[in-house]
Amino acid sequence: MARSVTTQRKLTFTILGWAIGLLIFFPILWTFLTSFKTEGTAVATPPQFLFFDWTLENYHEVQSRSDYMKHVTNSVVISVGSTLIGLALAIPAAWAMAFSPTKRTKDVLMWMLSTKMMPPVGVLVPLYLIFRDWGLLDTRLGLVAVLTMINLPIIVWMLYTYFKEIPGEILEAARMDGASLMKEIVYVLTPMAVPGIASTMLLNIILAWNEAFWTLNLTAANAAPLTAFIASYSSPEGLFWAKLSAASTMAIAPILIMGWFSQKQLVRGLTFGAVK
Amino acid sequence: MATLQTRATARLMMSPAVILLFLWMIVPLVMTLYFSFLRYNLLMPGTEEFIGFLNYQYFLTDPAFFTALGNTLMLVGGTLLITVIGGILLAIVLDQPFWGQGIVRLLVIAPFFVMPTVSALVWKNMLMHPVNGLFAWIARSFGFQPIDWFAQLPLFSIILIVAWQWLPFATLILLTALQSLDGEQIEAAEMDGAGALSRFYYLVLPHMSRAITVVILIQTIFLLSVFAEILVTTNGGPGLQTTNITYLIYAQALLQFDVGGASAGGIVAVILANIVAFFLIRLIGKNLER
Amino acid sequence: MGSITLEKVSKSFGTTAVIPEIDLEIVDGEFVVFVGPSGCGKSTLLRMIAGLEDLSGGRIIIDGKDMSSEAPAKRGLSMVFQSYALYPHMSVYGNIAFPLKMNGQDKAAIDKKVKDAAHILNLTNYLDRRPGQLSGGQRQRVAIGRAIVRQPKAFLFDEPLSNLDAALRGNMRLEISDLHHQLKTTMIYVTHDQVEAMTMADKIVVLNAGRIEQVGSPLDLYRSPRNVFVAGFIGSPRMNLIEGQEAAKHNAVTLGVRPEHVRISKTEGAWKGTVGVTEHLGSDTFIHVQVDGIGKITVRTDGDFSTDFGQQVFLTPEPARLHRFDANGQAI
Repeated sequence: MARSVTTQRKLTFTILGWAIGLLIFFPILWTFLTSFKTEGTAVATPPQFLFFDWTLENYHEVQSRSDYMKHVTNSVVISVGSTLIGLALAIPAAWAMAFSPTKRTKDVLMWMLSTKMMPPVGVLVPLYLIFRDWGLLDTRLGLVAVLTMINLPIIVWMLYTYFKEIPGEILEAARMDGASLMKEIVYVLTPMAVPGIASTMLLNIILAWNEAFWTLNLTAANAAPLTAFIASYSSPEGLFWAKLSAASTMAIAPILIMGWFSQKQLVRGLTFGAVK
Repeated sequence: MATLQTRATARLMMSPAVILLFLWMIVPLVMTLYFSFLRYNLLMPGTEEFIGFLNYQYFLTDPAFFTALGNTLMLVGGTLLITVIGGILLAIVLDQPFWGQGIVRLLVIAPFFVMPTVSALVWKNMLMHPVNGLFAWIARSFGFQPIDWFAQLPLFSIILIVAWQWLPFATLILLTALQSLDGEQIEAAEMDGAGALSRFYYLVLPHMSRAITVVILIQTIFLLSVFAEILVTTNGGPGLQTTNITYLIYAQALLQFDVGGASAGGIVAVILANIVAFFLIRLIGKNLER
Repeated sequence: MGSITLEKVSKSFGTTAVIPEIDLEIVDGEFVVFVGPSGCGKSTLLRMIAGLEDLSGGRIIIDGKDMSSEAPAKRGLSMVFQSYALYPHMSVYGNIAFPLKMNGQDKAAIDKKVKDAAHILNLTNYLDRRPGQLSGGQRQRVAIGRAIVRQPKAFLFDEPLSNLDAALRGNMRLEISDLHHQLKTTMIYVTHDQVEAMTMADKIVVLNAGRIEQVGSPLDLYRSPRNVFVAGFIGSPRMNLIEGQEAAKHNAVTLGVRPEHVRISKTEGAWKGTVGVTEHLGSDTFIHVQVDGIGKITVRTDGDFSTDFGQQVFLTPEPARLHRFDANGQAI
């Protein structure tokens, strides 16, 4: 489609687009900038935008808090761990549903989706009690288990839509060529599915990293990931804006970058393939 | 492909995921249902007894429930209104060719990746603070009295924060839908003499209607459960002004330790969510068949 | 060796019988084409022979051994798929070598066989490329290469040319026929295109609604179709099928005559009609004539014949080339 676009029109939309983009991004940018200010500059009126004395002091201070690294580790362990376990459960399931569908495959998929619709408060009480009785409260293991189950439907769905795109004839060809089921998976399916698996993984790490219902309710000091750590700034430490900003920047930066890489998959993953 | 042997293998491969999910769904749900018929308070152990629908009666006749229900509807509805309309407009702008399109796209979707606790705190403290916040400074620069957001407009403030988080989601999905619109269709309409507005109304909007429905349904599911934003900003207050159903049940369970009452509330929340889920599942199911 | 026998083979999905019951004998070295309209069960039948679909009943015997429930790879057959089904993440070399690798052959033997196959198929210069970088015809050749290196008992082709454009299709038709002459291996080829069937087959199997309508050499089917379905399906342009009074005159319910067996004259003949559309192909001319009391008749005549729209002409069918069918559509 070679539509002609006048320069003037393009210029108008460039200004409009950038204005909107910067406006929406501004809170993040502002957090980033504030993280380099002293506490005094952070609350200054009028606000200081760029021309202040940049300092790394806040980052030093946040990181020197004895428990900071623990929360980072918790976040990494919980998000990566739950995603990996989820993948291990979901890859065979999605493979089966995509390549040997039965009449009930659709029902199973829809049912999996429906578990995702359950509001977390609906099961908060029993889960809290089970966790208390089994000694899982405030443990990484418990959170990994919960987040695995929460994101499993999304993982299955995403993988299913990716696997669906691998033509069945190719796997049949492999079977004609004498590949056993194992070899079929190792030599043909996996290499073709790796991009899909990778983006599923990325998106689910992001979702698990940002999950803020179970992480807030089932953890205290030990297993709390960054979501809960930041929540502890709500009062009264929230008055220390510069430190809050530094902690926030560190908590969101890696995920933001991953998110930018996975933006295409985001749509597919979050709409369960309804919009591609 | 469809041979008996592959089918048996397939069932075997599906079972771990299916069984675990089934347990995950059914065990807590049955427990919630069971607790909801009990008098059960963690502070008074040993007094558990079957009380029938009394918990439901208390929960559903509690004025706090209606306040929370109203707040939930306002929160969901307000956020949807902002994100869907904003999303359509943003998608149309981002669909136009301009310099730096890719970067602007990244800027626009960024809020979605910010964890709820961070965005809530950043907005509450650094933007909406009545004295030192950026909004207050802007208001004063124009000679207005700054708004004390969380005192004067607590629910609206939360809607604003949540909408900021979900606007990227709506935009991205609507943009994807917009880009899948057949260019030749638009050109045909242009040849037929349709102006920009009628092209939008007769072609673009119907084409996006499915994506809009998906956005509304999926967001509703998530927005019914907004929690962290309320917890770190207002704790449901002032009074009950920002308490939604999720927060109400949380407070009942983990602050008042009323397991029975919270469970009854949980079941009510499940039923509310299922009404939405019913439509969403049908929509996605229809899509599966194509 | 590669003889394949189907004994009372049937297939049903639930209660619907896709293939009621089929008996067929395929001799070693034969080029057999399954032809029929879409949905006639020809692909299903091929996939059952390959082992990609279960049999609902009957037996498939390959070289005297019952292979009905053997895994696809154990049957010693190769298949070329409609979509080529090349492994997109492997080079051309990797694709052709894959079945040998699965077979556990050593590197040197694989290398030699792949290079030989590449040589036969003119792929030597493309061995390092990925399938995505090849044209349609080249991909097709890679798929064939992957099939031949295994030295199968028989090749199965599932509409292999339907994704190619017309010119390439003609070329590939020749190449596959050529290959058959070189290898002398049994080939079973599924197509809906009767031209492919006529030009390539030793033996054509015409299928309709899961049943075999007729089996025979191309010319057998052309000269003596056993029923109306085969008569209408084989031959291009289609045979003219006439019903009513004119057929009754010849003691038949349906009377068939091929366009090339009708003589056209501007002055005299058995049937009088008006010229409709004329298609000039250069070598031939197809004239669609509205004949009084009979209906539309297509005539094939030489390329120089010219008429005008609406002109009156006379047609005469060759009496010896008339096909007569009874009320059940069977040839008399």
